Amino acid sequence: MRRIISVLLENEAGALSRVVGLFAQRNYNIESLTVAPTEDATLSRLTLTTLGDDKKIEQITKQLNKLIEVVKVVDLTEGEHVERELMLVKLRAVGAQRAEIKRTADIFRGQIVDATESAYTVQLVGVSSKLDAFLRAVGELSILEVVRSGVSGLARGEKVVSV
Amino acid sequence: MELLSGGEALIRALQDEGVEYIFGYPGGAALHIYDAIFQQQAVEHVLVRHEQAATHMADAYARVTGKPGVALVTSGPGATNAVTGLATAFMDSIPMVVISGQVQSDLIGTDSFQETDMVGISRPVVKHSFMVKSAEEMAEVVKKAFYIASSGRPGPVVIDVPKDTTDPGYRVPYAYPESVSLRSYNPATRGHPRQIRKAVDLLLAAKRPIIYSGGGVIQGNASEPLIALAKRLHLPVTNTLMGLGAYPSTDPQFLGMLGMHGSYPANMAMHHSDLILAVGARFDDRVTNDPSKFCPDAKVIHIDVDPASISKIIPAEVPIVGPALPVLTELLATLEDRLKEAPELVDEAARSAWWSQIEGWRSHHDFDHDQRHRNEAEAIIKPQTVVQALYRATGGDAYITSDVGQHQMFAAQYYRFDAPRRWVNSGGLGTMGYGLPAAMGVKLAFPDAVVACVTGEGSIQMNIQELSTCRQYGLPVKIINLNNQALGMVRQWQDMQYAGRHSGSVYQDSLPDFVALAESYGHVGMRVTDPAKLDETMAEVFSPALKDRLVFLDVAVDQNEHVYPMWVRGGSLRDMMLSKTERS
Repeated sequence: MRRIISVLLENEAGALSRVVGLFAQRNYNIESLTVAPTEDATLSRLTLTTLGDDKKIEQITKQLNKLIEVVKVVDLTEGEHVERELMLVKLRAVGAQRAEIKRTADIFRGQIVDATESAYTVQLVGVSSKLDAFLRAVGELSILEVVRSGVSGLARGEKVVSV
Repeated sequence: MELLSGGEALIRALQDEGVEYIFGYPGGAALHIYDAIFQQQAVEHVLVRHEQAATHMADAYARVTGKPGVALVTSGPGATNAVTGLATAFMDSIPMVVISGQVQSDLIGTDSFQETDMVGISRPVVKHSFMVKSAEEMAEVVKKAFYIASSGRPGPVVIDVPKDTTDPGYRVPYAYPESVSLRSYNPATRGHPRQIRKAVDLLLAAKRPIIYSGGGVIQGNASEPLIALAKRLHLPVTNTLMGLGAYPSTDPQFLGMLGMHGSYPANMAMHHSDLILAVGARFDDRVTNDPSKFCPDAKVIHIDVDPASISKIIPAEVPIVGPALPVLTELLATLEDRLKEAPELVDEAARSAWWSQIEGWRSHHDFDHDQRHRNEAEAIIKPQTVVQALYRATGGDAYITSDVGQHQMFAAQYYRFDAPRRWVNSGGLGTMGYGLPAAMGVKLAFPDAVVACVTGEGSIQMNIQELSTCRQYGLPVKIINLNNQALGMVRQWQDMQYAGRHSGSVYQDSLPDFVALAESYGHVGMRVTDPAKLDETMAEVFSPALKDRLVFLDVAVDQNEHVYPMWVRGGSLRDMMLSKTERS
């Protein structure tokens, strides 16, 4: 099952490598990973998506918690949550394709953020499956390049992850 | 405030931690630190012959004293040579601080001479690591390193020290922090009272309970409440390889070690139990055999300071996160309260039926604790009898270190440890070459104690260069070399699983004359081949006349002997080979 694990991490050199190393060392899988400092400059917020049954996820969260620089670990998928991913797609856009891509981008509430005579760059934000759906809709042939941010997420409601 | 260089601050911080010994080997990146060592007396440096040995000495020092051991190595190859020792300590949760020299900060990342990414290379086998950024933070980093190494589930910590941070020309005010707090690191200090009450309920309700305890009881100094609990409820006790000595081996309630080479009664009692009280043990693969067939009727109470060890392999009915000592102490108190109200809660009839079942297993097959008759029958020394002779010669009161292989299992099975911290071996990583440096670390910790290293001709050659260190520092350890002229455990597996094809496990007459080798280092060498002379030779090794000498006893033992019991792979704990032909 796909899980979103959110980690508060000391914003120190080497801390990220311990998290990534742990996943490699214990044969856990990482689907996506995003990390950046928070409003508190001493902390980074890391969000990763992984696959595993309950037993595996329990081990992952416990092992993450053992890392000295990990301050908090939360499995966002345990409760209601909001998740978003950002994607930039460069598409071949000539002739009739140009209008078609524009229409598809509108349907998915994407924006064209760069345009040349033969290419559009579309920006799209949403849950990962929506981004997948957009890629299917425009079709493999017109895709030149894709970059995705990986998933970020927060719990719904008043609940916060803090020190 | 006093002004010290970073190198001086590092050594002063070790003094302030109460460090007695640094086991180390110098090199370019560590020279400022070595100069600071030279100019003080409080911390003694022990010069090893290979950095791996330094880490094992520090590790064993920690195992017997409970205080973190300290090793110091230089950058590059010095650092990489320390990695095996770090992994050894990490697997067995041993508090240790390894200080590695590093090239100066502005050369890091340039592939400079003797540069290696020590923090990176050691990352999977340390509890934590630091790279010192400036002389100013030296004292604080040392304080944190010792705190992390020795608290919670202990483990090794690396401090990587770029040469410029130890520069004697740059001095900073020195003050050793009195305490340290890390917002992201708060190990449990006691168990949850509700969980402890649940555990007591289960213990009282159980018909066939058993205590399975491991290294956590030894590390956590929890032998006393463990024994008290076992006595109070008349519980059978089995120990892991790492836990031997936590419960007295000569006590009638002790069933022996469990697991792959565990005793028949211990493995049978585990398999048939209805409740396992696991304390400071982690259900590793050498204990459980196939986890899906493990102890089918047993509920599990699992006490461990590391929450990640609980329900990792075998799900726990009652998990209790906390150090063994406070948890067991509180569990005992809760139990006494319950029994005060209702003494009839102990089901004496069930307990006595359980014990008669256990006695049945014991009489069916148990270790024969005097196998001298086997020697005489075949006119060759059986390796088990060497450990028995060692036990007799030392009155069961020695510190025993071991290497890895058949001799290690024979030592664990036949030397009966009645106190914790007396048995020192690499259980988790299984590091050959551990035994001799470990014995040296123990001897330095307790100079008046009898220290013997049970080893084999394979393992001993992995760190035999330390005989020179023993000479330099006058370390009269006793080396008992079970010489079967083959890598015994490998050979045993090849006999059992590869139709006797001894691939890469024999030496073809290339072994050294160990007696002459020991003598060339200035030690005493002895050799025994005749079973009839085993006891008298062993007595001589430990005689007052040789008290201050290192003695290397080379014992010619039967090459064809296997370690039994040995479980049947993929089975449950009750599926064992009891001899070459007999199956449980």
